[in-house]
Amino acid sequence: MPVSTTADGRKIWQRRTTATQWAIWAGWFAFVVLLVWCWELMTETTIWAFVSDAPQQIADLGSRMFPPRWSYIDQLVWPLLDTINIASLGTLLGVAIAVPIAFLAARNTSPSVLVLRPVALFIIVASRSINSLIWALLLVSIIGPGLLAGIIAIALRSIGFVGKLLYEAIEEIDERQVEAVRATGATGLQVVDYGIVPQVLPAFFGISVFRWDINIRESTILGLVGAGGIGLQLQSSLNTLAWPQVTLILLLILGTVVVSEWVSAKVRHAVI
Amino acid sequence: MASVPTAGPTAGRRWRRPPVLIKDRNTRWLVYGGLLIYLILAVSTVEVDWQRVAEGLERGLRFINGFLQPDFTSRWTDIQRGLIESLTMTLTSTVVGVLLSIPIGIGAARNIAPPWIYYICRSIIAISRTFQEVIIAIFFVVMVGFGPFAGFLTLSFATIGFLGKLLAEDIEDIDEAQAEAIRATGASFMQLINYGIQPQVMPRLIGLSLYRLDINFRESAVIGIVGAGGIGGTLDVAISRYEYDSAGAVLLIIIGIVMLAEYSSSYVRRWVQ
Amino acid sequence: MLRLETLAKRYKTGDHALKGVSFTVEKGQVVGLIGPSGAGKSTLIRCINRLVEPTGGRIYLNDVDLAGLSGGDLRRARRRIGMIFQEFALVERLTVMENVLSGRLGYVPFWRSLLRRFPQPDVDKAFALLDRVGLAEQADKRADELSGGQRQRVGIARALEQDPELLLVDEPTASLDPKTSRQIMRLIMEICRERQLPAVINIHDVMLAKMFVDRIIGLTAGEVVFDGAPTLLDDAVLTRIYGEEDWTAMQASAAEDAADAAATYGTQPTAEKVPVERMAGLA
Repeated sequence: MPVSTTADGRKIWQRRTTATQWAIWAGWFAFVVLLVWCWELMTETTIWAFVSDAPQQIADLGSRMFPPRWSYIDQLVWPLLDTINIASLGTLLGVAIAVPIAFLAARNTSPSVLVLRPVALFIIVASRSINSLIWALLLVSIIGPGLLAGIIAIALRSIGFVGKLLYEAIEEIDERQVEAVRATGATGLQVVDYGIVPQVLPAFFGISVFRWDINIRESTILGLVGAGGIGLQLQSSLNTLAWPQVTLILLLILGTVVVSEWVSAKVRHAVI
Repeated sequence: MASVPTAGPTAGRRWRRPPVLIKDRNTRWLVYGGLLIYLILAVSTVEVDWQRVAEGLERGLRFINGFLQPDFTSRWTDIQRGLIESLTMTLTSTVVGVLLSIPIGIGAARNIAPPWIYYICRSIIAISRTFQEVIIAIFFVVMVGFGPFAGFLTLSFATIGFLGKLLAEDIEDIDEAQAEAIRATGASFMQLINYGIQPQVMPRLIGLSLYRLDINFRESAVIGIVGAGGIGGTLDVAISRYEYDSAGAVLLIIIGIVMLAEYSSSYVRRWVQ
Repeated sequence: MLRLETLAKRYKTGDHALKGVSFTVEKGQVVGLIGPSGAGKSTLIRCINRLVEPTGGRIYLNDVDLAGLSGGDLRRARRRIGMIFQEFALVERLTVMENVLSGRLGYVPFWRSLLRRFPQPDVDKAFALLDRVGLAEQADKRADELSGGQRQRVGIARALEQDPELLLVDEPTASLDPKTSRQIMRLIMEICRERQLPAVINIHDVMLAKMFVDRIIGLTAGEVVFDGAPTLLDDAVLTRIYGEEDWTAMQASAAEDAADAAATYGTQPTAEKVPVERMAGLA
């Protein structure tokens, strides 16, 4: 917060010096230019007639979507259960794989900082970068449609999420507690069991349940590419333009997400 | 080695580890038992066509090969177009989303918003957060047609939900004392926001906006599957034609950009602080 | 018996933390290590059980050179050395009992420690130790639910659970108030007497050291500058160890502590009173 003197000797306070101020203005200007350029590129192919049509489309869609076709629900129960199973089993599998990878990726527990740690970090980034829907797309293409593709897709995405947060938690532990355990003559595994695990256990559960909650949401759409769950019904309803059915599906998804978020909040609260 | 006596009042006293997670015995059996039963039932519902899987493994190997020897050239024009769409979508939607999430986040904060605004804003945020971006993308495509503009709208809407909720929670959690002090000087509502709330909330908002930028890029690579523009469309086409080497190229580009973003985000964060 | 021969530690930055330290500690002898901060006291303690790697010299524990050990041998050597830490270093989220039993980790296989099925004699010993340090009721409480003095006592129990041949103590009272500090020092001394356990105690409070230990070693800038009975520790020696300014400052703050302690606890008709007066007399 610079204090400076003007030409006639008075002291003034400005939030920033003039030079910094100009630099900031220049930066903002460049940013806005970038933004406008991106906008132009993006909307090159946009047919504005369609866009101005939007309010009418919304009204039209709205009238077609309501009232929801409640009778459709008997065809949705089983797929909904499938969705929950995909999310749960996928999270379980993903977490199981993420744990050893997190230990390999954490600076203080990695057995080989030069080789294994970068590999583990790469696995985490690769898994994080690719959305579960893309994984599902790939897996359906490789092993065929069905629940298994969905479960593995969820697992592959969860490895990155859980692995990253877990290895960050491992790197933040109190090393003194670990040192004391090591001083008793404990083996490496015992040091992990008594010194590290107790410190990261609450974070571990919180992260896993959080990811399960997110996975419920992601599992709902995997069926769009054939990987099972309620997404299949969504896909078929969209294809046949059966909008009242779509509304029902969306309502079901809403209800499920509300419940899963409640469960997730409860568990995370209890684990602290 | 004179140790402590092993005979006497403490000898032979058994010790078992007290339960770590669930203290009450009955609740523990109920929860663990229930989870185990659920697990067994869930696994049993997964019908796997093992023959198909076996056949698919050959294709899987082809994919891994494609990933290791990616082909950037044959589909380059498509990849380039998809990439430009994704990147432009990401930037514009994040900026617009952040800008819009500020008023909506403020409107969703119970401690400073009037009730009717609070409920409207909370509903917007809830809808945005409940449904995966792809579902929202489908609706926008119906409304404004195929292409990246629909994707832009989708990601902006998703950003509003994401940032709006966190912003509202932050505002609800602020140190009341600081805000009160500003209010006591006779400041207007806007000044209260600018001096009382903004300094507490701003640093985290910047960090979260950068995080959302990352998420939006990854999402932009997916919504193309339903026609909302971006590199997802290219990927979908490549995979459906079993062109695994092109698909591998696209995936590597995505991973590369995410890695780049991750490294530079720590620099940007430090520079902004 | 512990014997150090020209123990040296030089960091990669060029910092000579220890420059050829040699001394011997007989069975049952308690040595107090004093010196200004940065003198290398903590480094010395940690070099003995190799938590810090020495760069030169030898460390003999009953004729086994600890400096050359690695892997399984090092672990077996470590389990014979009990260590008590400045900030207690208990595993906060584990119970008191688990913390004490973790002293036996060097002696039990992994699966036993994982399932917490320690051999009954170890459990008996743990209960007896908790009795001895006065924490019998707290066995199943989580470590972070205890006060500072209680946690340090768990630390003592953990070190003793190892049946050690040597006790290393790193500033046991730095995080405690004066009264609790004296209780802890008294406990450590009594236990060392009972078991004829040699001990090296890194201690920053010179008054406390003089009050309790048999022998004092003064360390300055990585070298031993004093080695003898506490009674030989006069102002001249202390000035040599700590430097003029530091020593006068320490005296002043010790006088303050004594006055505070007298004001807060002074009217207790226990043996506590004697040390308080003695401290006031020293200052």
